[in-house]
Amino acid sequence: MEDPVLVVENLTIALPKEMDRAHAVENVSFELRGGRVLCIVGESGSGKSVTANAIMGLLPSTLTIASGSIRLRGRELLSLSGQDRRGIYGRIVSIIFQDPLSALNPLMTVGDQIIEVMDAHPEAAPQDRRGRVIELLTEVGLPDPKLMAEQYPFRLSGGQRQRVMIAMALALDPDVLIADEPTTALDVTTQAQILELIHRLQRRKRMAVMFITHDFGVVADIADHVIVMEKGHLVEQGPASEVLVRPRAPYTVRLLAAVPKMHDGTGRVGDPDAPVVLSIENLTKTYHASGSLFGKIREVRAVDDVSFTVRKGETVGVVGESGSGKSTLGRLVMKLIDSDSGRIVFDGEDVAPMPEAQFRSRRPHIQMVFQDPFASLNPRHTIGRILTVGPVGRGTPIGEARQRAMHLLDRVGLQPSAYERYPHEFSGGQRQRVGIARALMFDPHLLIADEAVSALDVSIQAQILELLDEIQRETRIAMVFITHDLRVASQICDQVAVMQSGRLVEFGSTADVLGNPGTPYTRSLVAAVPGAGRASN
Amino acid sequence: MLRFLLGRLGQSLILLFIVSLIGFSVLLLAPGGPMSQFALTPGISKAELDKIAAQMGLDRPILVQYADWLWGLVRGDWGNSFRDGRPVLEIIGGHLFATLLLMGSSTVIAVGLGTWIGIKGAVKRYSMFDYAATVGAMIALSIPTFWFGLVSIYIFSLRLGWLPAGNMFTIGDQTVLDYLHHLIMPSMVLALVNVAIWSRYMRTATLEVINQDFVKTARAKGLSPRRVLMKHVVGNALIPMITLAGLQLPTLLGGALVTETVFTWPGMGRLFLDSLGYSDYPVIMGLLMFSAILVIIGNLAADLITAFVDPRIRLA
Repeated sequence: MEDPVLVVENLTIALPKEMDRAHAVENVSFELRGGRVLCIVGESGSGKSVTANAIMGLLPSTLTIASGSIRLRGRELLSLSGQDRRGIYGRIVSIIFQDPLSALNPLMTVGDQIIEVMDAHPEAAPQDRRGRVIELLTEVGLPDPKLMAEQYPFRLSGGQRQRVMIAMALALDPDVLIADEPTTALDVTTQAQILELIHRLQRRKRMAVMFITHDFGVVADIADHVIVMEKGHLVEQGPASEVLVRPRAPYTVRLLAAVPKMHDGTGRVGDPDAPVVLSIENLTKTYHASGSLFGKIREVRAVDDVSFTVRKGETVGVVGESGSGKSTLGRLVMKLIDSDSGRIVFDGEDVAPMPEAQFRSRRPHIQMVFQDPFASLNPRHTIGRILTVGPVGRGTPIGEARQRAMHLLDRVGLQPSAYERYPHEFSGGQRQRVGIARALMFDPHLLIADEAVSALDVSIQAQILELLDEIQRETRIAMVFITHDLRVASQICDQVAVMQSGRLVEFGSTADVLGNPGTPYTRSLVAAVPGAGRASN
Repeated sequence: MLRFLLGRLGQSLILLFIVSLIGFSVLLLAPGGPMSQFALTPGISKAELDKIAAQMGLDRPILVQYADWLWGLVRGDWGNSFRDGRPVLEIIGGHLFATLLLMGSSTVIAVGLGTWIGIKGAVKRYSMFDYAATVGAMIALSIPTFWFGLVSIYIFSLRLGWLPAGNMFTIGDQTVLDYLHHLIMPSMVLALVNVAIWSRYMRTATLEVINQDFVKTARAKGLSPRRVLMKHVVGNALIPMITLAGLQLPTLLGGALVTETVFTWPGMGRLFLDSLGYSDYPVIMGLLMFSAILVIIGNLAADLITAFVDPRIRLA
């Protein structure tokens, strides 16, 4: 076994005084050996990113390292001067971030940004820096590296930008690569490719990788060693094979149990005789984007000839990668945007051609749960007002609306006192419960959940899915569940619709579509699910 | 690109037409008028007044006067001053240098100082410097320019005697140094409000950029704090500011009017006020159109520069 390259000992990072806990990270110790992949797993607020930022000297000024030591190749980082530490960053240890869309400077070409790393460490950089850039871009699998080096980041897709980040991080052959949720913002197939790339480069260069993730599927795919963090504490560490199979800490057990796994979908079979609530027929929506100042017009078929039905008490999952048109589909059904052609038959009536004034009376019957629980609730309104404003606006007496709001708050598992409080006093999961209660205030016939659990931690995700499931059993509401996560879809959906570039490529029962995919596209989606290999057994 | 420029040109022409229409109408509605000063001459007869009016072309119907003036505008003949009969363009040209000198130097001060204060305030947020800059900007924005001008004349000219109280140069001593000496106070006074505005916007723009991931990326590369700030933070923060610079041009022109009057600066602002006193309509209209053109060009330039420095706009 190789010597540890990175040793973190009793690291304690203090939070500002007014926070609800004293330390972001407390007494955390671990070591990273050369040529190994260490995964740090934990939910938001567990301190995993703070630890990474502490190593890279990127802590915000409000966080200070109270005690502990970080040693890289035997050198104590915390006692080095700023200039000496800068000599290490980018050369011996480098980092890639979660969101590739914002991690590159929009005003510099990709090549210049990679060269900048080499210019910052001239002693370690090769003579021919342009040549090295081409070499790196080739190595991370980008097409046409010469052209790519001259591109500005906005021209690249998320996956391509993450490859550029990796190329930049590897420019000077560092000993340690820190990857802070590098695939979280990417589509499943892209995620699988990037994971594979990191894994391959790590093995070839015998590099140590510290990989931060909240996704146990990803852990199962690449980790040698695992650390589990909870609220700033390290609760468990050990070889991946141990921790994943025989977790000892109760928190790890809970986390693992909450991980969405690919279900066979056998648990749920929709009632084929239930009345149809929503029937979409040949729905089409085309966007016209003006190409440039020269006025070339591009046509994007966001939704292209899509048809399917949703029955009472049934959940239809709409899955696909970003840009597949699944969110546009949701907005079309909500009539937030107008369709170009096709029918949207809701409760037996085609609502597609209806003018807004006429459709308004039906709006209460179609409700939506949004993705971002932080952005979808008005921060200046109390929960009570958020819940009652809709019904009261439609003429429900306030007393009655209030009663219903109280009942629903109880139903989604919130205290009655929540009625008087404001959104910022609640966590993401609690806010999503408020969002669900808000959608249910009207007794809708159809609920559209657009990535409703994507922004939540796994354990919270599991709770919200369970809540939605219970509510559906009680109310027999029809649900369209839009998600990019096949594991989530496999848990909650009776039927699954797979979308690719606006087209519906496959539709059928969850068990059929995900268990026995009929198209190459669905097969590639299923194969790309993190942890698919091991989690199924 | 050509399409864009042609489109903007068309918009600008329509805009200028509307401005001319409004300007002309407002002057029509104004009390007095060019004939009022002659009317007070003792012993002047109605016939004599009509003769003067006919000489100035004021006896024709309003629409004809307007059409005639507009056609002249297009041909480059902006009419002659009622006051001394010189061509309007020649008069404006004579005052142009003074105003451009004042506006230019005050812009350099405003942008330079404002940018520096804004960045420093953002980097050291909630520091003493930041609070002082915030309070300073509030004070600067609340003080009327003319009052600030008068107070600085009182202090620096009357009390201390360091700087001249007005004019652009000392007669008989037109060296560059003499110009600069005269320029200090008016340009500072004119810049004050814009320093305040610019520094506030720059602070916000910097704060928006400073927490972006690509700044973290730059720091993680091991770049020096100075390089991170100048190349990655300031570069990106300045882009929205270019548009702001274009939008601030009218403020600057308006400010120049007051400042030039306070400091007896021989520029377009003073010319405008003098012409108002004489009801010198051709000159007033000329100045109005000239400022409008200046503002349009400034905004177009701001858009072009933004497109030039931001690849997302240049190439998209």
